[in-house]
Amino acid sequence: MTLALQTIGLEKQFGGLAVTRDLSLNVEAGARHALIGPNGAGKTTVINQLTGVLKPNGGRILLEGHDITHMPVHKRVLRGLSRTFQINQLYADLTPLETIGLAVSERSGHGSDWWRRMGTRADINGEIAENLERFKLLDVMNEPTGTLPYGKQRLLEIAVAIATKPRVLLLDEPAAGVPESERHDILAAVAGLPREVTVLLIEHDMDLVFSFADRISVLVSGALLTEGTPEEVARDPQVKAVYLGEDADV
Amino acid sequence: MTMSTPPEIVGFHARRTARWHWAEFAFWTVLIGCGLLFPSRYLIMTEIVRLGLFALSLDLILGYAGIVSLGHAAFFGVGAYSAGLLALHGIVGEPVLALLVAGLAAAVLGFATSFLVIRGVDLTRLMVTLGIALLLEALAERFSDITGGTDGLQGIVMQPLLGLFEFDIFGKVGFWYTVAVLFVLFLLARRVVHSPFGLSLRAIRNNPLRASAVGIPVNARLVAIYTFAAFYAGIAGALFTQTTQLASLDVFSFERSADLILVLVLGGTGYLYGGLIGALVFKLLQETFSILTPQYWLFWIGLVLVVIVMIGRERLHRWVLFLPRSIARAVRSGKTAAGGAE
Repeated sequence: MTLALQTIGLEKQFGGLAVTRDLSLNVEAGARHALIGPNGAGKTTVINQLTGVLKPNGGRILLEGHDITHMPVHKRVLRGLSRTFQINQLYADLTPLETIGLAVSERSGHGSDWWRRMGTRADINGEIAENLERFKLLDVMNEPTGTLPYGKQRLLEIAVAIATKPRVLLLDEPAAGVPESERHDILAAVAGLPREVTVLLIEHDMDLVFSFADRISVLVSGALLTEGTPEEVARDPQVKAVYLGEDADV
Repeated sequence: MTMSTPPEIVGFHARRTARWHWAEFAFWTVLIGCGLLFPSRYLIMTEIVRLGLFALSLDLILGYAGIVSLGHAAFFGVGAYSAGLLALHGIVGEPVLALLVAGLAAAVLGFATSFLVIRGVDLTRLMVTLGIALLLEALAERFSDITGGTDGLQGIVMQPLLGLFEFDIFGKVGFWYTVAVLFVLFLLARRVVHSPFGLSLRAIRNNPLRASAVGIPVNARLVAIYTFAAFYAGIAGALFTQTTQLASLDVFSFERSADLILVLVLGGTGYLYGGLIGALVFKLLQETFSILTPQYWLFWIGLVLVVIVMIGRERLHRWVLFLPRSIARAVRSGKTAAGGAE
């Protein structure tokens, strides 16, 4: 077994408050791994450390065996670690075409071209079209992102992450806030992610977690409570106790 | 859809924003037309075109990358003094070459100070940029043996442009020179903002966190555009010295930086023409108000600004462009019905 993503004794404090405590996560290559936990368990803080937005106070982060603990955000992306955002962090006045075009340009090393106009490289156009098509965004590719229906924005969120061709993808609550009518498209997009991409899913929605994940880690108060297959986690009395106290999440 | 494959459609739409609009041709035609029609107004028109170039420089960092600056005159001043010193000491005699050297001097300063400016948020940036401009003004005053202090650089004599065209007293050569420089730099800026690099700047202005999450090296891009804009401001400053044969301390003045923001408020940001249109409106307002009330023209400028900000430029544009837009729409809908582009 090879590890795609690994944390070793990760620690993070905000002042006196420990939000990540001695967290050692192992995500296997090709896994569909879910990180769950009640509100305030520190899931988003973990994501922010993995992607480099927050610096951990201790411990290490390894991406495919390489230490990336001190690497800046954009270099981690170019190394194959991408994420989606929990709350939409898209460019409101850019179109889906431009948004995906950016990601593709950066990934292929043409992002700093200042002389060539957008849309003049056939290979990049091809990749943009492929992503727009896969996530059903071709028909809205020229609309400003801010005017798109919420479900389309969430699809674009995933499409942008995929356009950077990640080998490890962090999905931060992909279905949160999506109306029932548009939910199917999101779930289909998540289920249809390429098999070779390792996925770490952070999610509240237990239906989605149990239908998608082949391995689950449970985070409580910043520390790992337990880890195992979905069946093991579902039977675990500790997990039941945590979630029964937080009945809104079950 | 009559167009073939998705990649081709994507390419078509990606290139569409960079295509020349008829209004752009109209703009440049009018500008050249003004030069031909009003030969007695070369001096004021030169001033407007130069202010437009200076504002274009600020638009590159403010409108595209979202960097606010209250000290853009720092680069204007460095360009102005560089051009003056180069001419005065006969280091680089030919004006076009001297213009490039002066621009590069400003770019070097832009690069060096960019690392201070990209840190922090808007308020920090305002203070840092303001501080740098004030610092340079004080330095220029202190080293009066080089800069001429409060008297400024005296006795600048310009050599003929490209060795061919003498700068004349009516400002004809100066005007066409300034227009030519503006046009070339505008084409360059237009190319840059429609490139992947330019698009990444817009992404950074929208959301820096997200920009780095798609792999954009945010700081490197900001350093690059800040340096590039400093080059433009330096060129504008050098044009000032070359066409007026003056360089005094007020090239660094706070008013110069502040006026520039007024120009962009009047003209709008993020579409390149904002600085040019704003410069024209600003100068016209300044002229009109100072004829009406020589002492209180600032009051009227202030009033106009408050009104613009309160009403909102979007709404004003809609009012002004209501008729031309509805005509354009009518023409276009006729065309698509006939051609069927999509």
